[in-house]
This record gives sequence, C-alpha cells and structure tokens, in this order.
Amino acid sequence: MNALLRRAGRLAVVLAVVTLITFLLVAALPGDVALDIAGADATEQEVAEIRAEIGLDRSLAVRYLDWVSGIVTGDWGQSWRTGERVWDAIAQRVPASLELMVLAQIIAVSLAIPAALLCARAPDGRVDRAIGFLAFGSVSMPSFMTAVLLILLFSLTLGWLPATGYEPLSAGLWENLRPMILPALSLALVEWTALMRTLRAEMIGVLQENYIALARAKGMSDRRILVVHALRPSSFSMITLLGLQVGRLMGGSIIIEQIFGIPGVGRLLVTSVFSRDFMMIQGCVTFFALAYVLANFCTDLAYARLDPRVRGLGGKAGAHG
Amino acid sequence: MADVAAPMPAAVEDRHAEAIAAHRRRRRLGPMFWIPAAWLVVLILAAAAAPWLGLAPPDEIDWMAIQAPPGVENHILGTDVLGRDILSRVLHGARVSLTVGFAAPAIGVGIGLALGLAAGYFRGWVDEVVGILIDAWLAIPGLAVLLLFSAVFGGSLSMVCLSLGLLFIPAAARITRAQTLSYANREFVLAARAMGASDARILLREVLPNIVWPLMAFVMIDIPIAIVVEGALSFLGLSVKAPTPSWGGMIAEGREHIEDSSWISLIPTAVMFVTVLSFNLAGDVIRRRFADTREAAL
Repeated sequence: MNALLRRAGRLAVVLAVVTLITFLLVAALPGDVALDIAGADATEQEVAEIRAEIGLDRSLAVRYLDWVSGIVTGDWGQSWRTGERVWDAIAQRVPASLELMVLAQIIAVSLAIPAALLCARAPDGRVDRAIGFLAFGSVSMPSFMTAVLLILLFSLTLGWLPATGYEPLSAGLWENLRPMILPALSLALVEWTALMRTLRAEMIGVLQENYIALARAKGMSDRRILVVHALRPSSFSMITLLGLQVGRLMGGSIIIEQIFGIPGVGRLLVTSVFSRDFMMIQGCVTFFALAYVLANFCTDLAYARLDPRVRGLGGKAGAHG
Repeated sequence: MADVAAPMPAAVEDRHAEAIAAHRRRRRLGPMFWIPAAWLVVLILAAAAAPWLGLAPPDEIDWMAIQAPPGVENHILGTDVLGRDILSRVLHGARVSLTVGFAAPAIGVGIGLALGLAAGYFRGWVDEVVGILIDAWLAIPGLAVLLLFSAVFGGSLSMVCLSLGLLFIPAAARITRAQTLSYANREFVLAARAMGASDARILLREVLPNIVWPLMAFVMIDIPIAIVVEGALSFLGLSVKAPTPSWGGMIAEGREHIEDSSWISLIPTAVMFVTVLSFNLAGDVIRRRFADTREAAL
C-alpha cells in the first residue's frame, strides 16, 4: 500500500508539472485576448478594463495558481470566446472520444490476440513471417492515411458506411455505432501491431515453461495449450502496453475526430488552438494528461490483480527504470 | 612438427567451410534490406536534386492542366486542383519530410542522451527531477504538445524539427539512464575514477562510447515516426506554411476531391507509405544485426 501511495504522490507532482508547462505554453501564444474581445475599434481604456475583468493584468504566477486551484476545486474556468464553462464543454464531449478509443482498442485487441497466437505457434514459420510483414505494413500506415483510404473504399465507393457524423447512443445502438466503425478501425489498424508483437514475444517465452511441456506431454492439443494455458500468463506486458497506448490513442483521436467530424475532446482542442481559445486549450490538455495518468494508474492496479507474484506488493515498482 | 603443416582432414575442412558459409549468409543483409534501402537512396537523391531536375516549380500553376490525371503530357503524376505538378510537389515535400525525419530524432536523442546520462550517473535528486520531467512530458499527448508549439512558435521548418524532436526525449532518456546505471559501477569506470578522472571525462570517455550504439538502433525507429507525425501535423495544416508543399498537406488538399480525382491524395499517400515502410524494414534488419553481434560478443 505504501508503494501505491508513493506512486500517487508522484503522479500529483507530475500533474503539477504538466499544468505548469501547459500554462506557460498557452501564455506564450501570440495575440492579445483582451484586444480580441474588445474588437478592433475599442479604446485603450476599454481594453484595459476587459483585461482587468478577465484577470489578465495579474502576474503569471498569480494567474497560474488561480487556475490550478480552480482545477482542484472543480472550477476549470470559462472560455473567453464562447462563454462556455470549460469543464462542461469537455464533459459534454467525453462520451464520443471515449467511445472512439474503447472501440479502437477492442478492435486492436481482437486483431492482436489471434494474430499473436498464430505467430507464437510456430515462430519464424511461414505464418509468423506473413503476419510480421503485414504488421510492418500496417504500422507504416498512419491513421490519417488509413482514414482517407477507408473513406474512399467504404463510404464513397461501396457506400456501406458514412464518412462523417456522430449519433448519440440515444439514437439507438446501431445508429450510434455505424459512423464510429471507420474512425475506430483507422486507429486500431495502427495500434494492433505493437500489441501483437508484445504478446507474441512473451508467449514464445511462456511456451518454453515446464508446465507447457507437461500439458503437451499429457497430449493436450496445441490450440487448447495456447488459449487455456499460455494466453493469460503471456498477457501482462500487453496489458501494461494497453495503458501506455492510451496516450498515443488520445493523440491519434485528435486527428481522427477532426477527419470524421466526431464531436470529441480532441476536436475541441484543435478548434480551440485555431481560435486561440486559451482557457479551453489549457483545460483540454490538462484533461488529456489527467486521463493518461489515471489510465496508467488503473493499468498498474489491473496488473497487480492479474499477476499473483506482484499481488500485495501494490503494483510494480517505480514508474521509470 | 610435420602434422601442424599437414592439411586438415577433409571432413573438418568441410565443416569449417560450411560454418564460414553460414556465417556469410547471416552477414548478408538480403532483399528485405536492399530493396527498401534502394528506394530510400533514390528518394533522398531525387529530393535533394528536385530543383534541378527540370520539373515545373512546385507552386507553378498550369492553367492548361487543372486536375489532370497521371500520364498527361508534361505531368507524369498529374496535377492537383490548382494545376500544380504532383511529381514536383511530392519531391519538394520529400525535402520537408526527410529533413524532419532526420533532424527531429537527432535533436530529441541528443537531449535525451544528456538527461539520461546525468540521471543515471549522478542518481539522487537529479534522477528524481529528470524522472518527473519525463513522466510529465509523456502524460501530454504528443499531438497536443505539437499543436500548441506550432501555434506558439509558428510553422518554420526549424521550429517543426525542434518541437517534433522534443517527442523523442523521453524514450532516449530512459534507455540512456538504464544503460548508464549498468555501466556506472563497472570496473573500468571505477579504475578511471581511481586514477582521478573527472565526472565529465568518465561520462564522455568511459560511459558514452558504450551506450551510443544501442541508442542508434532507436534513432532508426524514430525516423519513420518523425515522418508520420510531421505528416499528421501538415495534414492538420500546422506544419510548414503553404505554399511549401508537404505530404500531409497534399493528402489533406486532395481529400476534398477524392471521389473524382483520387490521385491527388493517393499519390502522396503511396509515396509516404512506401517511404515509412522502407525505413521500418531497413531499420529492423539493422536492429536485428546489432542484436546478433551483441549476442555473439557475449
């Protein structure tokens, strides 16, 4: 439990650093917000009033502390452009982003596990090589390129799936899933390869273990050995990777949401950057970092539950090293 | 003494020759290296020579050939919506992609190397601070950082290289740190210290030479990643500013017309895919080679 607490403490420090970096970057953005709000023909007096009103006349340190303490107490500030509360804007867009990422990860895992089983069954065999080459091709195809090709094929040529759009879950499960398939697939087709390779490598190691030899000696079929005995002990690294991938997935979702017009947090960030919506940018980046840190914390917990050897130790040791 | 000069028994010689042949076979890089390498060499040369190849300038508008398909006179790969030559734009875009591909990992690995050396060698609070910085850096999605950077510092090529380079710091720093840790207590380091060598000298002359090569293998993986991320940024319009052509930008421009003029998007897509795949394949062969020689050395 002690290690867990230490880790939580470290995460708090990490988040503090993240917010500081974000705040400084946003503060360095060119342009004067007060001038923007006041408009081109405002007098200097009016601009100064607005600046005081939104608190921009205070020092950087005061503004940072004010913003961070707001985050801790649940007040993420307000957009100077649209007047929206930052937290409400983000919370409203979380479901779409979350759905996209979960769906992508489900597709990625369901591609990775069978592929890894096929590979580990006969390492360096013909199937292994073919899948390995396929993985190389897949990972060399960035998600935005996959997205363009998938739209060309499934939306424009075949007309099976819509190219853009989003329907909330309340519109019905299929209506909700239909426009999500192509975006999720675009993300998954990059992510599955790393999962597959990790699982394959670890499984090849596990298959050397004595209890596998015993199972084989008992005459158990290959398939049963792979699925029943080897899969679970081989999946630890892959589960850790699932957590680490949350960061990449969020990065990927930024561009995918943009392409497919999904109203998620990533799209909010992009539009905020283009419109220089300072508070919204700070909020989105902080939210991403928070999500990343929490996801990894949860991965550690899951890891501890799955592997009896680290159970009770409170997760694996230090975050780095 | 006669038997020393005597020829080896035929069986032994055979086995010996066989072993040498097997060794050579392993040394040979094979088509999985040479085919990608050939493509990369051709691309790099063509990109470097792009202004002198007699192609239309990448931003010249040919009013007689708007959205011309590939194969049309004067435009081997066709033209885009504005009638600009796609081959010329692909090659000029390659200059951007390749520059970023090589410069960004070099910058990131350079900084990461310095941080990792310091953390692994001095331990204590230096290690702690570097660890927190790296964790914080990892917690922000790369694309979000890059969006902010490009908004703050604008889209010059050197700024794109620099901000992309920052993405490669964490991995490089972690690997360097781990390697430094394992070398910092080895006999030859102790010996150097006993002889009164300074910390700087020990780091540069004793530790660094041992960890540089494993890091190089990582640079090989970073090159295609840098090209992909630059592609994503320019796809969003946040890399180098128009009219400088970039692959991601070309794909994004062609997307509007993909139904009737798919080649505008598909050609840069194909070129980028083949390039990234080539870097991945060639890099993998070299990485395996490194792993083999290191195993052999042990």
